[in-house]
Amino acid sequence: MTISPDDVVYWQWSALSLNATIVNTWLVMALLTLGSWLVTRRLSTGTDISRWQNLLEVLVTGIRDQIRQVSHQEPGRYLPFVGTLFLYIATANLLNIVPGYMAPTGSLSTTTALAVCVFIAVPLYGIVQEGPLVYLMHYVRPSWLMLPFNIIGEFSRTLALAVRLYGNIMSGTVIAAILLGLTPYLFPVVMELLGLLTGMIQAYIFAILAMVYIASATSAHQRTGQAGDMHEPVSEK
Amino acid sequence: MENIPLIGMVSIFTAGLTIAIGSVGPALGEGRAIAQALSALAQQPDEAATITRTLFVGLAMIESTAIYCFVVSMILIFANPFWNYVAAGAGG
Repeated sequence: MTISPDDVVYWQWSALSLNATIVNTWLVMALLTLGSWLVTRRLSTGTDISRWQNLLEVLVTGIRDQIRQVSHQEPGRYLPFVGTLFLYIATANLLNIVPGYMAPTGSLSTTTALAVCVFIAVPLYGIVQEGPLVYLMHYVRPSWLMLPFNIIGEFSRTLALAVRLYGNIMSGTVIAAILLGLTPYLFPVVMELLGLLTGMIQAYIFAILAMVYIASATSAHQRTGQAGDMHEPVSEK
Repeated sequence: MENIPLIGMVSIFTAGLTIAIGSVGPALGEGRAIAQALSALAQQPDEAATITRTLFVGLAMIESTAIYCFVVSMILIFANPFWNYVAAGAGG
């Protein structure tokens, strides 16, 4: 039973090997890039838009709204990073319905790479927004005693991001493989459907958590004025 | 070598124990979280978007403890380092 796409090796030349993780990652990248290139070749600003442009507009608008609600900031500068994380993980997980495809997120190396991206992006956004000194003061915020715990927290949440995504996708693969041996016909299909739902939710959660971490590093000085903003839609009644 | 059956026995036993104990806590926690979220939704339907988003993120955080246990038990069964060490030592 192969539980990791790392074990499926397509091509090997001395120390260099192409396993299913790399190939499927390239596949997802090519699909996303080609798809958005094809759609955005002929954009129109009028009322007569193609259905694919409509799809992309819904996606981008939805991601922007989510970022705005989570971070209480303008989504423009976070959209490329967070949106790419979401689209990549969601596409990688949803393509699981294609026979022969193994989600690259079911390999710990892919999820670790994504988590390391978040780990680097958080201080980058924080320093660009607030300057290095103000950002570094975050680590001693309640008091100096909290410095080691803040640093440990920085690492442990990166580990948690990686293992959470990996564990969820890998458990879907393992459960499907085990059930195929026990109850072959109908039940694995149901579990595959559940796996698709889990993959979508995990993509959403990964992106939202990345956004929450970035927002906590960038918005410290604005927080006092926005404590009451969590309940804004009530006044619309 | 009687190490191999011993290691296999302990690994499988520990893997079962890990996932059994490790799923009890998150199950109780998720049940509580969902019950609270449902009552909050019933009281404030206007806040559905915020409550649902927070619920999903919180559920993922709670669930990740169970996922850690699952990963550990999978490692114990399929990629046990001690088993590989002993097997390589016995083979070579």
